Amino acid sequence: MSLETLQITFKEDKEMGTDNIQKKRMTGSEAVMQSLIHEGVKMIFGYPGGAIMPIYDALYDYHSQLHHILTRHEQGALHAAQGYARATGDVGVCFVTSGPGATNAITGIADAQIDSTPLVVISGQVASPLLGTDAFQETDVVGISQPITKWNYQVKNVEEIPEAIARAFYIARSGRPGPVLIDITKDAQFAELDFEYKKVEKIRSYIPVTKTDEEKVAEAAQLINLAKKPLVLVGQGVILAEAEKDLMSLLEKTGMPAAWTLLGMSAMPTDHPLNVGMLGMHGNYGPNIKTNDADLIIALGMRFDDRVTGNVQKYATNAKVIHFEIDPAEINKIIYADVPVLGDIKESLPMLVEKVAANKHEAWVEEFRACDRIEDEKIIKNELYPTKEGLTMGEVVRRVTEQFNDEAILVTDVGQHQMMASRYFKFKHSRSVVTSGGLGTMGFGLPAALGAQLGQPDRAVCVFVGDGGFQMTIQELGTIWQTKAPVKIILLNNNFLGMVRQWQEMFFDKRYASTELINPDFQMITRGYGIACEKVEKREDLDGAIKRMAETDGPFLLEVVVEKEGNVLPMVPAGAAVNEIRLE
Amino acid sequence: MKQEFTLSIYSENHVGLLNQVTTVFTRRHINIESLNTSESAIKGIHKYTVVVFATREQVDKLALQIEKKVDVIKVFVFTADEIIHQEIALYKVPTEALLNGNEIERLVRKHGARILEVTTKYTVIEKTGHQYETQELFEKLDHYGVSQFVRSGRVAVTKLDQELLNEHIKKLEDQKTLLD
Ligand SMILES: Cc1ncc(C[n+]2csc(CCOP(=O)(O)OP(=O)(O)O)c2C)c(N)n1
Repeated sequence: MSLETLQITFKEDKEMGTDNIQKKRMTGSEAVMQSLIHEGVKMIFGYPGGAIMPIYDALYDYHSQLHHILTRHEQGALHAAQGYARATGDVGVCFVTSGPGATNAITGIADAQIDSTPLVVISGQVASPLLGTDAFQETDVVGISQPITKWNYQVKNVEEIPEAIARAFYIARSGRPGPVLIDITKDAQFAELDFEYKKVEKIRSYIPVTKTDEEKVAEAAQLINLAKKPLVLVGQGVILAEAEKDLMSLLEKTGMPAAWTLLGMSAMPTDHPLNVGMLGMHGNYGPNIKTNDADLIIALGMRFDDRVTGNVQKYATNAKVIHFEIDPAEINKIIYADVPVLGDIKESLPMLVEKVAANKHEAWVEEFRACDRIEDEKIIKNELYPTKEGLTMGEVVRRVTEQFNDEAILVTDVGQHQMMASRYFKFKHSRSVVTSGGLGTMGFGLPAALGAQLGQPDRAVCVFVGDGGFQMTIQELGTIWQTKAPVKIILLNNNFLGMVRQWQEMFFDKRYASTELINPDFQMITRGYGIACEKVEKREDLDGAIKRMAETDGPFLLEVVVEKEGNVLPMVPAGAAVNEIRLE
Repeated sequence: MKQEFTLSIYSENHVGLLNQVTTVFTRRHINIESLNTSESAIKGIHKYTVVVFATREQVDKLALQIEKKVDVIKVFVFTADEIIHQEIALYKVPTEALLNGNEIERLVRKHGARILEVTTKYTVIEKTGHQYETQELFEKLDHYGVSQFVRSGRVAVTKLDQELLNEHIKKLEDQKTLLD
């Protein structure tokens, strides 16, 4: 985009009559600080380097307003910003340098894109005359990140800085949220401009939210009123829209059972009588099997991920589908919607609640409870109250959530422990889950927990990690130590890349190719970072250790040696139908 | 059933937008048969005309994914009967071939083509039409040795009386006043 066209579009999009700020002469780097302050930013996660040094230099004078967290790796900065954003609902902000700094940020950007997490990533870039010359630490980060950002833009002219940042925040947080990357050349950081900040409130080519069509809501209400076996699917959209109360009103008025996706978790209390549990590959038996008995699916802010649907051809075979969704591209993408309701669920759900008839579905809900009893008997009982000697992941998770009165924020890494934590952790409050859903990024957990804790200093944050994923971002123990963030780290050590081993056991004749780990002494490492820790190997030691962890003021690592070859069940094998879920 | 579709994609005129648009096709393994980019009738709005072979379902989803790009204003999907479209082709033949009889000149006239330039060595012929027409002329001229042949991407306008893009932009503005 040339400066000229950018300015034309900016001019067209700018709202009239915004507050009159006096223009002030300053450097591009200082303009970055001022812009961030105007957007309400308080915390930045990042890592310096040559191409972003002017920005860091400006930060030096702003440290009382902008709190910078120096992670130990750019991936850590990104995941921490994601954790911060998910736990607070604000935009997560990152600084990274050019070249390797920018490429290290890519995994986190991709993760944020697929899980709709609002981020603004500011990357330094080589000076503009060097662009395209293979200069030292030059990478085409705008090109690389293009398919995994909601929007990205390279600033070469200092004058563009405030506008570009204003757009970035508007795009990141509006509509379906997502990550935005702004790449700023070093010369633009050094150059001066007359600073003036105007928030962006519209962009001609971008419609963040479509207005809800009342007729569609009426159609949806009619289907709901006629349905004998309706099932509500709760996605992260409900949490992002802050529509949890409206969801409750809907459920309580209609008596419909509701299941959540991995990212929809905590949108309603775990123990609510109409909450029938988790969907998906390792979700609960009832909601999976009953999806194919339901005569109506009401999907709220979820996108029918393949981990939820299993075999799409055999999904919800007896049901009509109502899809409440903010992103038009999600409608009919995977599952055909008989009634699509586009728009902000915060607007459409109250309309729906108004229009539906009061109802009860006791017999239908009871069918789920019958499934629960089967799952309880075959799986949950053994997981939570094992009679075997080895500790199970499930029992550890359940003891931890109880210790925190089911009020902690759950953060997870990726693997068996993630699924176990999702199945057995319990929630009373919304926005209590930070997990890598769409991308399934190992190494996400530890830095994300740090970010969640810094964003929610008054809440307990428990992160479950496996011994594999822990070692992917283990260096962030350093950041946790430095910030004193009182994160509670529960390392479930099975000396295996457990989830992959489980698949090898079930689908590859137990051929354990490269999944067994010979691990370092995690206790020694943790102590090296100055973090309190304990290791538990026997059941009788578990409760005491969890209690001591909870009572510790600062960060704490609890390593629990769990049985080596435990499996997460039930399971919808890849490619199978949801009602072909396996209990053993 | 796969068929031919023409997509008219309107966007802000930004550097890198072509890449943004084409990666949406690439990711879904939909081959771009032809591509043209140019200004539109509205100042500052760029138009991409893309031809693909795909199913209706594929192309509708594709359009939504392209529209999801922040800088893309609108995507319209057309079948061949809904548009008037043309491509332009250039053919370079040895001038010698023209001198040995008047068959080439006859072809040029019969096919509604024209001669753009003649030098002692080569002659350049231009033809505008549908793909099969420019292809047919190529095959005929090739008997005389076509040394270079190139065909442009499709350009297309709709047969409709109303102007979809203008209406869309108006709708955007109306919607904004609704929200304000
Ligand atoms: C970055 C990355 N690499 C590889 C994988 C594939 N993968 C998914 S789960 C898993 C095993 C995780 O092992 P561990 O961290 O020990 O956790 P566990 O499953 O044992 O609880 C692997 C390798 C991944 N999800 N992410």
